[in-house]
Amino acid sequence: VTFSVLHTTRPLHTTQQCLAPLPPLPEKGGEVRHGLIPEEYFQFLYPKTGVTGPYMLGTGLLLYLLSKEIYVINHETVAAACILTVIIYIVKKYGSDVAAFADKLNEEKVGKALAVKNEAIKDLETAIEEEKKEQWRVEGRSYLFDAKRNNIAMLLETNYRERLLMVYNEVKKRLDYQVEMQNLKRQKEQDHMIQWVEKNVIQSITPQQQKESIAKCILDLKALSKSAQAAV
Amino acid sequence: GPLSERRLLDVRLGELPAWLATRDLSPRGLLGGMQKAWSSYYDRYINVRRGGPAGISMLLAGYCLLGYGWNYQHIKRHRWRKYH
Repeated sequence: VTFSVLHTTRPLHTTQQCLAPLPPLPEKGGEVRHGLIPEEYFQFLYPKTGVTGPYMLGTGLLLYLLSKEIYVINHETVAAACILTVIIYIVKKYGSDVAAFADKLNEEKVGKALAVKNEAIKDLETAIEEEKKEQWRVEGRSYLFDAKRNNIAMLLETNYRERLLMVYNEVKKRLDYQVEMQNLKRQKEQDHMIQWVEKNVIQSITPQQQKESIAKCILDLKALSKSAQAAV
Repeated sequence: GPLSERRLLDVRLGELPAWLATRDLSPRGLLGGMQKAWSSYYDRYINVRRGGPAGISMLLAGYCLLGYGWNYQHIKRHRWRKYH
């Protein structure tokens, strides 16, 4: 039960923002006797009048009000008496149950908040574990880089050898070409010379010489045939 | 301590007018005083973990008394006796 009009005049944000958790609510309210009169009244009168003093004061006050009819007894008194009886009966009978129910609601609210807090703490702890693991993993990055360095070295080696092979092939091709050229040249020269020699020789055979050589051959053949006949 | 800093319950009866003089009686001051009174009552009897019927029953009793005081002139006409 709050009076919202009064709350609008309350000054807000007057002090520094306090990040500490609020102090917990007090467990029990101020002591009240018979549900109506605060204990301070009894304590105030105790030194002078003892235990019965406040009750005597109350009774005397009541009698004074009634006798002087400052409090008038009318239909409202009867109504008030009935209402008070009913209210007191209900409070006495169901008060503890309602209190237990309200406490349970409060427990649930606090439990939910606590659950959220605990879950947040657990999440943060797992995050810390993961972070530590990542830090441990970072230590192994030297191995990673060694492996990568090896890979790159192998690639470079392979590339170098490929190029070496290519150079060798190209040079061999060029040298082979030169060799083939020389061979071809020599062959052509040989062929040409042979042809030229044959041509000249054939040209140099005059008809006279031809007749003489043919006659010589015939004589040789006859001689050979004679020797062959003789051998057989 | 000095008069202006004491609460109402710590002021003796003879010093009451002097104490009232030191209070801030402008509308804003009165409103602030009521606000303080309400918040101290609220924090003491209602805003606790295991309150009882005392918190609102005192408020209702005060309202009953106030209502009786407002209607006193009308109720006075229904007295049972004329002379007391």
